[in-house]
Amino acid sequence: MREANTEAPFVSFDQVSLAYDGSGNAIEDISLTVEEGEFVAFVGPSGCGKSTFMKLCTGLHPPTAGSVRVDGEPVTGPLKISGMAFQNANLLPWRTTLDNVLLPLEIVRPYRSQFRKRRTEFVGWARDLLRTVGLEDYEEQFPWQLSGGMQQRASICRALIHRPRLLMLDEPFAALDAFTREELWCVLRDLWESQRFTVVLVTHDLREAAFLADTVYVMSRRPGRIIERRTIDLPRPRELAITYGEPFTTLVQSLRKQIGEIRGT
Amino acid sequence: MQLSEKSRQRIAPWAAVVILVMIWEATVRLLDVPEFIFPGAWATAQALVTFAGPIGVHSWQTFWTTMVGFGIGVVVGLVLGFIIGSSKFLYHACYPLLVGFNAIPKVAFVPILVVWFGIGSVPAILTAFLICFFPIVVNVATGLATLEPELEDVLRVLGAKRLDVLLKVGLPRSLPYFFASLKVAITLAFVGTVVSETVASNQGIGYLMMSAGSQMRMALVFAGLIVISAMAMVMYELFAQLEKRMTAWAHRGQR
Ligand SMILES: Nc1ncnc2c1ncn2[C@@H]1O[C@H](COP(=O)(O)OP(=O)(O)OP(=O)(O)O)[C@@H](O)[C@H]1O
Ligand SMILES: [Mg+2]
Repeated sequence: MREANTEAPFVSFDQVSLAYDGSGNAIEDISLTVEEGEFVAFVGPSGCGKSTFMKLCTGLHPPTAGSVRVDGEPVTGPLKISGMAFQNANLLPWRTTLDNVLLPLEIVRPYRSQFRKRRTEFVGWARDLLRTVGLEDYEEQFPWQLSGGMQQRASICRALIHRPRLLMLDEPFAALDAFTREELWCVLRDLWESQRFTVVLVTHDLREAAFLADTVYVMSRRPGRIIERRTIDLPRPRELAITYGEPFTTLVQSLRKQIGEIRGT
Repeated sequence: MQLSEKSRQRIAPWAAVVILVMIWEATVRLLDVPEFIFPGAWATAQALVTFAGPIGVHSWQTFWTTMVGFGIGVVVGLVLGFIIGSSKFLYHACYPLLVGFNAIPKVAFVPILVVWFGIGSVPAILTAFLICFFPIVVNVATGLATLEPELEDVLRVLGAKRLDVLLKVGLPRSLPYFFASLKVAITLAFVGTVVSETVASNQGIGYLMMSAGSQMRMALVFAGLIVISAMAMVMYELFAQLEKRMTAWAHRGQR
């Protein structure tokens, strides 16, 4: 169904480079496209420009060269259709978990003008999301009363509450223990299966990338370039169990080998 | 004595006051200092009771002028701090100016204020205002200007305007700075009022102390001192409580 899309791609990067300062390009000559509803993952060594890619994609930072288009429009400033979870949870410490999750609805149109009127309804949305990530008992707690993993979950809820068409996740699970991480993979998988938004996920974890994504991009060391695009055609819906068997392990092995080669050069 | 840690902490400041008063009284008695030079605690207490009426009237004058000056200081400080802190450019442009202004001893303004407004409450209010608005401006501006870019990005990815960012993140984040500055500002405001009253008024505790001093009624002068510091302490404590209440999230480590 997604393949049948004949219109312009949802996200397109055309020979994009970005130099923060005189020290050279952080990412270089990136060209790629992402279809609406696609789940893409970026892997690459630390400092290769993955977070930079996210900033370019959401319009937080303009490119030095090349052009970024999202939903057919050139990106000139921060997007209004995206939700983002950062490497750190970045919750606002003076707001309760619930109020943190509600924040986007106070900002994003058309919700912001309806916020007072529809508040009870919005709170319902937030509660539903918090329940899916297992935070229903922590709604009235403040972020500093939550563990790191719980904060990260709340931050994912905040990225989703306004039903963005483009979800950007920058190593959202990096700080979590293995069990919680796999649990949240499934949460994310289920959310994506039911809503089919477009996801761009940055991660260090190859199993995570292979389990969740349709397409995995491998980036080189700084200056970051795309050196491999790999389609993961494991059937969906995927169960966690597949990550322990074939062909999953072979797939991860070959990705790992590739990254090893980058690091070696 | 079986006292819990908590109640011991509560009693400690009162005990410190009692001990200080005892040392004061003992020193004066031991050295046999005449009352018109340095009155003891007891003589001061007697003066407090004897002149309760006039002291009350003058304290009220000092209190309300201070509060008016402080109120203006809060409003001006908040607005100015918000404007300066909301732009990096303004922050850098105005900071040296503010520091320079703050270095001027505010007593130097009193004669000018007297020329402009005459003797009375107005110079006292304005001196209180001038002396107390600075810490508020600086704290609010700094609170806004030091906003972490990560927190800002949380709102920017949603397409928030600069004003949204300031209201939703900047302002709440600078509230602890603001309330901390209120505590400092209220005590400074008392200093401003009293300084102005000693030279340019015929009302208020400052004036009372000045005229009592010129008549060598030192017990009354000291009574005035006690009243000022008591008022300042009460107001300080009030704002400390307010700070605790409003910005609990910023003090979470200190319970
Ligand atoms: N604001 C900035 N100013 C200057 N240089 C920056 C800035 N942000 C990142 N860089 C540089 O750009 C390069 C890429 O950084 P980026 O944060 O995108 O890496 P990353 O792939 O996300 O790394 P990690 O996996 O460790 O998060 C790094 O060399 C970094 O030093
Ligand atoms: Mg990063």
